[in-house]
Amino acid sequence: MSGASPLNARVPAGPLETKWERHKFEMKLVSPANKRKYTVIVVGTGLAGASAAATLSELGYRVINITYHDSPRRAHSIAAQGGINAAKNYPNDGDSVFRLFYDTIKGGDFRAREANVHRLAEVSVNIIDQCVAQGVPFAREYGGLLANRSFGGAQVSRTFYARGQTGQQLLLGAYQALERQIGRGAVEMHPHTEMLDLLLVDGRARGVVARDLITGHVQSFIGDAVVLATGGYANVFYLSTNARNSNATAIWRAHKRGAAFANPCFTQIHPTCIPVSGDYQSKLTLMSESLRNDGRVWVPARGGDARPPNEIPDAERDYYLERKYPSFGNLAPRDIASRAAKQVCDEGRGVGATGLGVYLDFRDAIQRSGAASIADRYGNLFEMYQRITDEDPYRVPMRIYPAVHYTMGGLWVDYNLMSTIPGLHVIGEANFSDHGANRLGASALMQGLADGYFILPYTIGDYLASSRLSRVDAAGPEVRAIEAEVEQRTQRLLAIKGRRTVDSFHRQLGRVVWEKCGMARTDAGLREALAEIPEIRAEFWANVTVPGVGETLNQALEKAGRVADFLELAELMCLDALHRTESCGGHFREESQTADGEALRDDEHFAYAAAWQYAGDGVAPVLAKEPLAFETVHLSQRSYK
Amino acid sequence: MEFTLRVWRQAGPAAAGGFVDYPAPDISPDASFLEMLDVINERLSERGDEPIAFSHDCREGICGSCAMMIDGVAHGPVSGAATCQVHMRSFRTGDTLTIEPWRSVAFPVIKDLVTDRAALDRIIQAGGFITAPTGGARDANEILVPKDAADAAMDAASCIGCGACVAACPNGSASLFTAAKLTHLGLLPQGQPERSRRTISMVAQMDREHFGHCTMFGECQEACPKQISIDVIARMNRDYVRALATARPDRTAAAAG
Ligand SMILES: Cc1cc2nc3c(=O)[nH]c(=O)nc-3n(C[C@H](O)[C@H](O)[C@H](O)COP(=O)(O)OP(=O)(O)OC[C@H]3O[C@@H](n4cnc5c(N)ncnc54)[C@H](O)[C@@H]3O)c2cc1C
Ligand code: FES
Repeated sequence: MSGASPLNARVPAGPLETKWERHKFEMKLVSPANKRKYTVIVVGTGLAGASAAATLSELGYRVINITYHDSPRRAHSIAAQGGINAAKNYPNDGDSVFRLFYDTIKGGDFRAREANVHRLAEVSVNIIDQCVAQGVPFAREYGGLLANRSFGGAQVSRTFYARGQTGQQLLLGAYQALERQIGRGAVEMHPHTEMLDLLLVDGRARGVVARDLITGHVQSFIGDAVVLATGGYANVFYLSTNARNSNATAIWRAHKRGAAFANPCFTQIHPTCIPVSGDYQSKLTLMSESLRNDGRVWVPARGGDARPPNEIPDAERDYYLERKYPSFGNLAPRDIASRAAKQVCDEGRGVGATGLGVYLDFRDAIQRSGAASIADRYGNLFEMYQRITDEDPYRVPMRIYPAVHYTMGGLWVDYNLMSTIPGLHVIGEANFSDHGANRLGASALMQGLADGYFILPYTIGDYLASSRLSRVDAAGPEVRAIEAEVEQRTQRLLAIKGRRTVDSFHRQLGRVVWEKCGMARTDAGLREALAEIPEIRAEFWANVTVPGVGETLNQALEKAGRVADFLELAELMCLDALHRTESCGGHFREESQTADGEALRDDEHFAYAAAWQYAGDGVAPVLAKEPLAFETVHLSQRSYK
Repeated sequence: MEFTLRVWRQAGPAAAGGFVDYPAPDISPDASFLEMLDVINERLSERGDEPIAFSHDCREGICGSCAMMIDGVAHGPVSGAATCQVHMRSFRTGDTLTIEPWRSVAFPVIKDLVTDRAALDRIIQAGGFITAPTGGARDANEILVPKDAADAAMDAASCIGCGACVAACPNGSASLFTAAKLTHLGLLPQGQPERSRRTISMVAQMDREHFGHCTMFGECQEACPKQISIDVIARMNRDYVRALATARPDRTAAAAG
C-alpha cells in the first residue's frame, strides 16, 4: 500500500463549528417537483431506517422500505434501555455542543472523524425537540420540564430517558411517523423481506435483491439511491445482547459488491450482563451499569472454591477491581471492568455452574443503607434478575459477566454518509462513523436518529441532484443475473443436506471469535482464529443441514444465509485486529499495554480508520487508510487513575 | 425436566393444520420457553425434520414478536411476561404443554405458530401518530407536560404490539391495543389537535380489520405482558362518543369510508 488513500471523506472546508451549516448551504437541492421522481430504497426500520424513511417521504421522495421483521416496530432498537444523549444543557451543568463533541472524540479513543462528531453533537438538540413534538413520553420533573440523568460516567446530566424503555419510545415515535407516510401511500413498505444482495448499475447502487420470507420469492427493488440502516454485527459472536435476528448480511453483501468495511475489529463489550447458564442459552441480557454504583465485584481468592458465596469470609474474597484500580474501584470503565472479569475467570476463579461469572454483591450496600433504599434504586433490575435466574439478589450476590453489546465498525462512509459505492448510503450502527474505537453510553440512539432525521435527508439530495442516473430495466439481464445468483445460493444451502445444524456452526464460530477476538487479543490467538475460521466455513458448506424448502417461511434457511456471512466477516474482524497492533478503546492487544495494564495507543502508526476492500473469495482484502487529523481535540492517553 | 409438547403444525396459510406431539426430555428448568423450543428444533433439525416456526427476536419482552398460546393462555402462566420471559421452572416436570398460535380471524396463520399481525400496523396508520414532520419543532421544554400525565402516557405507551389482548379476548377485540395508543397520545398536550379525528379513524380501522367488539370481559389486561389497564378502553369509549358528537359530518364520513 502506498501514498494516497482512495478514500475521500469529503469533509467540508472552514472552521469546525460552521462546516455543517456551510455544507448544507453548498449542497445541491432537488426541487420539490422533482423529488417525487426519485425513488430511495431504505433497508431497515430501526431508529436510523424508520427516521430516514419517514423524513425522506415527508420531503417528497418516493420511498421503498424493507425489513425482515413482520412489522417495522420490532427492529432491534426497540430494546435500548438507558437513554439518549443531547447537548441541551437543561440542567445548566456546563454541557454544550462542544463538550459533547469533545467527550465523544475522547471516549472513542481518538479514532473517529472530528467533523462528523461535531455535527452529531450539533443536531443532538434537534432530536429531542423532534421526539417531543411526536409525543415521545420522556421522563419529566414535577414542573413539567424534561428530566435528565448522567449516564456511563459522564460528568454532566445530558441523558434523556423514558423509564428503562427509551429505545422503545424513540422507535415508536419514528415508527408512527413512518406509518403515517405508509397510510398516505407515500412509503411502500415491505415487511418480511430480506435484502440478500445489492444491485449495481454503471458502478452505482441502484437497488437491492431481496427474498420474500413468506413465499420465498426473490425480487428486485429498483431506485435511484440505496440506504442501508441494517444495524450492527455483534451476533457474529453468537451470544450477545442483540436481538436474535440481528445480522450482518446486508452490509456484508454490499461489502462484497465494493463497499469498504471500516474498523471491523472495533466491538464493545458490556461488563454487566447476566452470565450464560447452559448450552441452550440463546442470548444475553444486559443489566444496567448503574448497579456498579452500589454493588461490589468479587470472586473467591482461591480457584475451585465451590462454597456458596455467603459462606466465603471476606478474607477469602478477592475484590479485584478495588484491588487493581483503587481510585475507580467498581466503577472502572466498561472495557477495563470487562477485561478484569475475563482474567479472573481465565484463572479458574469464575463462579456459577459454568465458571464464567463474577459476583456483584449488594450485601454491604444493604447493610449501609437498608434493603428498602436499595429496592428504591434498583428494584426493577433485581426483579428482572430474579425472573431470569431464580435467585434473589437481596440475599445472594448477583452473578454477572461481560457480553458483546455493540459494534463500532461498519461500512465506511464519507461526511455525506455515502459508502465507497456511489449512491449507497449507510446510517445508524451499520456504518463505522462517529464512535471511533469505543462508544459512550446513550450515544447510539442519538447517532441513529441524527443520521436518519437530520443528516441523510439533506446529503442524499446532493447526491441525487448531482448524478446522472440511467434508466434501469427491472427485467434486464443485469438484474436477472443477480437475482439468479441469489436464488442459486439459496438452493445451494438447501442442497447440502449435511448433519450439523446451522446453530451448531454459529455457536462454534462464536466461541472462536469470543476467545480470540473478544475482550483481549494477541498476535498468536488471532493467527489461530484466522486458521480456524476458514475450516469451520469449509465444514459449514459441506455439512450443514437446512431442513425444509425455499418456497415457504423457512427460518433455518434465513439463519443459514446469515451465518454463512458471519463466517466470512469474522475472518475480516480478526485480520483487522491482527493488523492493528496498538490497543485502543474496545480493541485491546495484550502486546500493547502500559506497565499497569492499561490500553496503549500508538498514534504514530494507527491514527487512521482502516477501510478494507473486498478483493475476491480466498484473496486477501486490500487495506485503505483514512488518516484522522485531530485539529481541535489534542491527542492524549485516556487515564482512569 | 421432561415434557410432552402438543404443538400446532401448519405448513402454510392455506394448509390444514393439526397438533403433533413431541417428547421433550432433558430440559433445563432455567431455559426460557423459547430456548426450550430451540432445543426441540435443534433435535428436529438434526434428524432433517422441519423445525417449528415461531416468531421471536429480542427475547427480553420488548419487541412483541413472540406470541403463543400455552395451554390456552396467551403467553402462558406467568403474569406480566411475554412468552420469551417465561422459564421452564414455571411448569411441572411430566406436564403436557399445548402450544398454539394466536387464534383470531384478524391474524391469519402464516406457518405453525407464526401469524400475520399487520392489521395492528394498519390501525396505527389510520391515526396512531402526532403529525409532526421532521424539522421545525420548537424547543422541547416549551411544551410542559405534568409529570403524572407523562407517567400515565408512558404506562399506555409501553404496549409492545404483540396481540395477546386480541388472542385472549373471547370476541377477538383489539380494543386494548387501540385504546393504549389513543391514551398515550391523548394524554399529551401535543396530541390534542388530532385527538377526535384520531379516535374516530382508529376505531373505524379496527372494525374494518374484523376485530370483534369489546364487551369488557377484561381478559385482555390479564394477558397483557405490560399489564396495561382496561381503563384505557373506557377512556377510548368516552373520547369516541365525544368525538362523534363534535365531528363535522364530512370528517366522520371520510373516516368511516
Ligand atoms: C440491550 C441493548 C441496550 C441498548 N441500550 C442503549 C441505550 O440505552 N442507549 C443507546 O444510545 N444505545 C443503546 N443500545 C444500542 C442501540 O440500541 C443500537 O445501536 C441502535 O438501536 C441501532 O439502531 P439501527 O437503526 O442502526 O439498527 P436496528 O435497530 O438494529 O435496525 C436494523 C433494521 O434493519 C433491518 N434489517 C437488517 N438487515 C436486513 C436485511 N438484510 N434485509 C432487510 N432488513 C434488514 C432489521 O429488520 C431492522 O429493521 C443498546 C443496545 C442493546 C443491545
Ligand atoms: S421475543 Fe421480543 S417480546 Fe418476546
